[in-house]
Amino acid sequence: MSITYLEAIREAQAHALRDDPRVFIYGQDVGAFGGAFKATKNLAKEYPGRVLDAPISEDAIVGLAVGAAIEGMRPIIEMQFADFSTVGFNQIVNQAATLFWRTQVSCPITVRLPFGGTSGSGPFHSQSLEAIYAHYPGLVVLTPATVEDAYSMLLAAVAIDDPVVFCEHKLLYYHLKADKLPSEALPIGKARIAREGRDLTIVTYSAMLYEAIDAAKELATEGWEIEVVDLRSVKPLDTDTIVASVARTGRLLCVGEAWPWGGVTAEVIARVTAEGYGLLDAPPQRLNAKDTPVPYHPNLWAAHRPTARSVAAAARNLLRQ
Amino acid sequence: MLQTVTGPGPVGQAGALRESHLAAYRFMLRARLLDEKFATLYRAGKIQGGVFLGRGQEALSAATGVSLKKTDVFAPLIRDAAGRMAFGEPILDAVRTYLGSALGPMRGRDGNVHRGRPQQGLLPMISHLGAMISVVNGILFARRLKGIPGSVGAVCLGEGATSTGSFHEALNQAAVEKLPLVLVVANNQYAYSTPNDRQFACADLTDKGVGYGVAAHAVDGTDLSACLEVIGGAVARARAGHGPQLVVASLLRLCGHGEHDDASYIVPKLKNSPLGRDCLKLAEESLQQKQFADAAQFAVWRSEAIREIEEAVAQAQREPAPDPYAEKWEALSTENFNEGQGE
Ligand SMILES: Cc1ncc(C[n+]2csc(CCOP(=O)(O)OP(=O)(O)O)c2C)c(N)n1
Repeated sequence: MSITYLEAIREAQAHALRDDPRVFIYGQDVGAFGGAFKATKNLAKEYPGRVLDAPISEDAIVGLAVGAAIEGMRPIIEMQFADFSTVGFNQIVNQAATLFWRTQVSCPITVRLPFGGTSGSGPFHSQSLEAIYAHYPGLVVLTPATVEDAYSMLLAAVAIDDPVVFCEHKLLYYHLKADKLPSEALPIGKARIAREGRDLTIVTYSAMLYEAIDAAKELATEGWEIEVVDLRSVKPLDTDTIVASVARTGRLLCVGEAWPWGGVTAEVIARVTAEGYGLLDAPPQRLNAKDTPVPYHPNLWAAHRPTARSVAAAARNLLRQ
Repeated sequence: MLQTVTGPGPVGQAGALRESHLAAYRFMLRARLLDEKFATLYRAGKIQGGVFLGRGQEALSAATGVSLKKTDVFAPLIRDAAGRMAFGEPILDAVRTYLGSALGPMRGRDGNVHRGRPQQGLLPMISHLGAMISVVNGILFARRLKGIPGSVGAVCLGEGATSTGSFHEALNQAAVEKLPLVLVVANNQYAYSTPNDRQFACADLTDKGVGYGVAAHAVDGTDLSACLEVIGGAVARARAGHGPQLVVASLLRLCGHGEHDDASYIVPKLKNSPLGRDCLKLAEESLQQKQFADAAQFAVWRSEAIREIEEAVAQAQREPAPDPYAEKWEALSTENFNEGQGE
């Protein structure tokens, strides 16, 4: 048997619906149609009345989830694309994210964001918004990079008492496969060493993990041993694992698909510089998408985002320093 | 053979009616054929990303386009190939954008239906539904401030987009400002897979206009004559200073949401209802009945359109793709504010 990243997300939701009567799924076309990407395929049939089509009203979709959470439910919201979550932004960052802090009433909603670039998708179906959500206090932001994590972290997200923004990369949906679903998982907030090395640490997350691993393989043929850290969760961010890795390698490259200004890569570098300055043998570097909207044409898109090639080039530069 | 639209037509109202019908029909036909070409290219793997057709909505879209002047403002949506052409968008703009030519209006940065020329009053849609309405409001508002009289702004959207906050905010805004806005809603019964009973609960979408103090008009979106009359009337009223107008057309999407979608969720009952009639066929029947044109003329127009489309596709396919090394990776017009490339 083999299971894709997308199927793992569907399975996690099926299990959440099965095991917890408080769970329901709400979003555009998630019902009989099974969602734009089929992440809720057959769930409306299997769990009647608990998987519901929403109008094209992202603000009200998130608001309803917050209300239901106050009432003790565990809603899972599917945004059709992460990009459209900006229409529900106010309810996520001002309503959901502040509720516990203001009232001591927690807000256990999960907002699923199919995110990230795919060839030909253009500026409004490609965005990476994890940094924007992570900027707000009161949100958990998860970025699973593997089939196993997609499954276990989504189940964990539903169980968490706080609002979770669950960033699932569309590029991984169909191609990433695993033999089976995991029975145990690292806790939320723990990063994972995806590949061990001693010369340089690449810290990354989500689909960029595979560009980093490919770059590490390429550099291995040149004699370099690159360690790759998969963050899994960008908020909370596992500074300890990162700093421990940098202590071994002395060099840090952070890679993210999001835009360069601020963001996860900047946060990682800020923390390592503050907490592990003495461990660094060279100035830490980062590689992000270019500072423009995500382009439509495949040629432009391929040059806009970091790739194994550009990651390897950045790593080589850093190794020479 | 009957005269073509571009030839000298008979004078008077009957002549004008004939001209507008024939002009609109030809845009419908060209849009249908252009859409079919895009679908073919998509199936052949020649188009990256989505392809969105306007099949079944051409009468409404063309009627909107021909009712506008070139100095008006138009914000079409994903099913408006006909209206775009009627407003003046060259076929080549559409083809170049779908094929990602560096020479197209979007230069490969944006694609498919996300195209336009703002300086010519043709706004490039963003994907976020409902978001174009207030932008058109802003153009109309600015023209009033600048003392430019007589412009109308038309915005197209589907019934699904009437559920967005943007729709409600912008419609109210247009009403408060008494802007010459014409909002054309294609109620094609489904928003992607979502049927109307999961989208809204009012008896009729025109009710949404009433709530904001906006004049609302219902029209059979499969009937070209009705669309020309109702949209033409709404545009005239907006131009005459009667404030925003909402037009709600009933029809059915005769294709998938995009070409990736087989639309198996559309129930046969709707397909077999009057809503499911093909507006292009109906228009041909009615033009023949009115003796505005005959089958031979339709055939000539069809082959002319096919030639034009094939030429545009052949040209765009010869054109260079955008070159990432020549691309300026800058999102700000103030050159020295652009900071860098993400490294
Ligand atoms: C704010 C927002 N949410 C979700 C989407 C995703 N989406 C694209 S088209 C569509 C359905 C649109 O239906 P409708 O407005 O009725 O237009 P139609 O496709 O039927 O012409 C949806 C949900 C979007 N584009 N914008």
